[in-house]
Amino acid sequence: MTKQASTFPLMGDATLATSSLPSRAGIGLKPEHFKEILATNPGLGFFEIHAENYMVDGGPFHHYLGQIRERYALSIHGVGLSIGGEGPLSEDHLDRLAVLLNRYQPESFSEHLAWSSHGDVFLNDLLPAPYTRNTLRRVCNHIDQVQSRLKRRMLLENPATYVEFAASTFAETEFIGEVVRRTGCGLLLDVNNIYVSCVNHGCDPAAYLRALPIPCVGEIHLAGFSTDVDAAGDRLLIDSHGSPVASEVWDLYANALGLTGPVATLLERDNDIPAFRVLMTEALRAEAMMEALVADIDTEPLYA
Amino acid sequence: MKLLAKFAAALLADQPTCPTGLTTWNGSDPAQRFAVYRNNVIISLIDALADTYPVTRQLVGDDFFRGMARDYARKHRPHSPVLAYYGDIFADFVDGYLPAASVPYLSAVARLEWSYVSAFHAADACSVTHEAIANLMADPNRLPNACFTLHPSVNVISSSYAIVSLWGAHQDLMSLSEVDPFVPESALVQRIGLSVDILRIAPGDQEFIARLRRREPLGEAVGAATSIDSAFDLADCLGLLIRSDAIVGIHYNGPLKP
Repeated sequence: MTKQASTFPLMGDATLATSSLPSRAGIGLKPEHFKEILATNPGLGFFEIHAENYMVDGGPFHHYLGQIRERYALSIHGVGLSIGGEGPLSEDHLDRLAVLLNRYQPESFSEHLAWSSHGDVFLNDLLPAPYTRNTLRRVCNHIDQVQSRLKRRMLLENPATYVEFAASTFAETEFIGEVVRRTGCGLLLDVNNIYVSCVNHGCDPAAYLRALPIPCVGEIHLAGFSTDVDAAGDRLLIDSHGSPVASEVWDLYANALGLTGPVATLLERDNDIPAFRVLMTEALRAEAMMEALVADIDTEPLYA
Repeated sequence: MKLLAKFAAALLADQPTCPTGLTTWNGSDPAQRFAVYRNNVIISLIDALADTYPVTRQLVGDDFFRGMARDYARKHRPHSPVLAYYGDIFADFVDGYLPAASVPYLSAVARLEWSYVSAFHAADACSVTHEAIANLMADPNRLPNACFTLHPSVNVISSSYAIVSLWGAHQDLMSLSEVDPFVPESALVQRIGLSVDILRIAPGDQEFIARLRRREPLGEAVGAATSIDSAFDLADCLGLLIRSDAIVGIHYNGPLKP
């Protein structure tokens, strides 16, 4: 692990600056849960919002987020910047992000290795890009632009994908490693996305995980997938965020925690939102796994 | 064409299609996998419209609504990632949507629902003090020249259909069977505290508030309201605005005064 770390020179203090979220579990904030959270003060490390949902002028969303933010650490997670897109980033959208980040001063800002706009059309999905030298240059330029505009370093999330491009000349992990090295951004390790993509492309999730710049991980995402089949009858997993975290993903999370140590871990649920206590149960499971890890390290130091 | 341009064109095409240059690990036809993206794009937009227009949806049923929303989404793609504001011209689209012609009031209800969403997310603003209002009322000479700034959430709509009653029947405020959709109604839409309120108002009130929104002086607004509605009552209508904290600024034909 230390050997891998030396490949990524920013792993020291500089990497810590990509996110200052506590190494605890968090939950994606949903309007359905605003009042319950304020009434019960659940024991969580942080909440995460989708930036675009709060790009409105006023009203209840800002009212409740303002109160929740006073009590909890906050992660702002963008889904609309289109960092992997062929066109330039939208200056309007960067401005909206700057206003939102200035207002709430989140402990972390993250976006996706994906594109979601083309020309003047917003496609509202996280779409895959070919891993080529051109894409690498474009993605790095976009991240440089985001980091200088927002005056902070961001985390980049590994994608869940359903197809690959014949034109790709990098493996996804290699591409991500290169982006992180060139831009100094951190990695938002989406463990569900790793599992989904690896099943969809016939690779080994554990090997994929080990090939990532683990020392640069600033946050982990956990979510549920749904299952379909492709034209050959093989499993095709869909990153649907509409069900509990699958047992295979919990196993992979344990594997990831073994590499990263305790790190801010978000339970994401964006569809079929259940009662808050259901999400809380999953969050407590993640916290327990982090605590067990710390206990193990205390008794049997891994890094001696 | 560049790769992503081809990808985007295939996502937006009316008929299912798949761009070239895609591969799969097991040699399966990438078209089926690509369809997941096509589906995500259109379904997420239909869902966004269903969230914004719940009463419109209930009036025509889920299947019809989703078909109509699909047709809208194909014709009017979003240009911004802020989907709270997607569907701004849905009411106009519904108005010209032939399959919905048998429900003539559908677009009017959609227009009201758009006002609801706009009010929900409108900017926050503090109302003027009761003292400022009392001072204004105590000065009849200045009163006709006073202009109000209304809360950003305030909007009024007049319709040839019973939009407020139709909306209310879907909030369990009354039974739908009691509503005659063909009775003209006017609506005042505003956010009071954290909730959006939709109130049926008289035509004169609608005219008066519409003119105040355009910053016309009180005297002119009263004249216009009275000319279309002899029953217009200034004190009642102002009282309504004051009680709901809808007046956030008062000035007199030009320079702002506190």
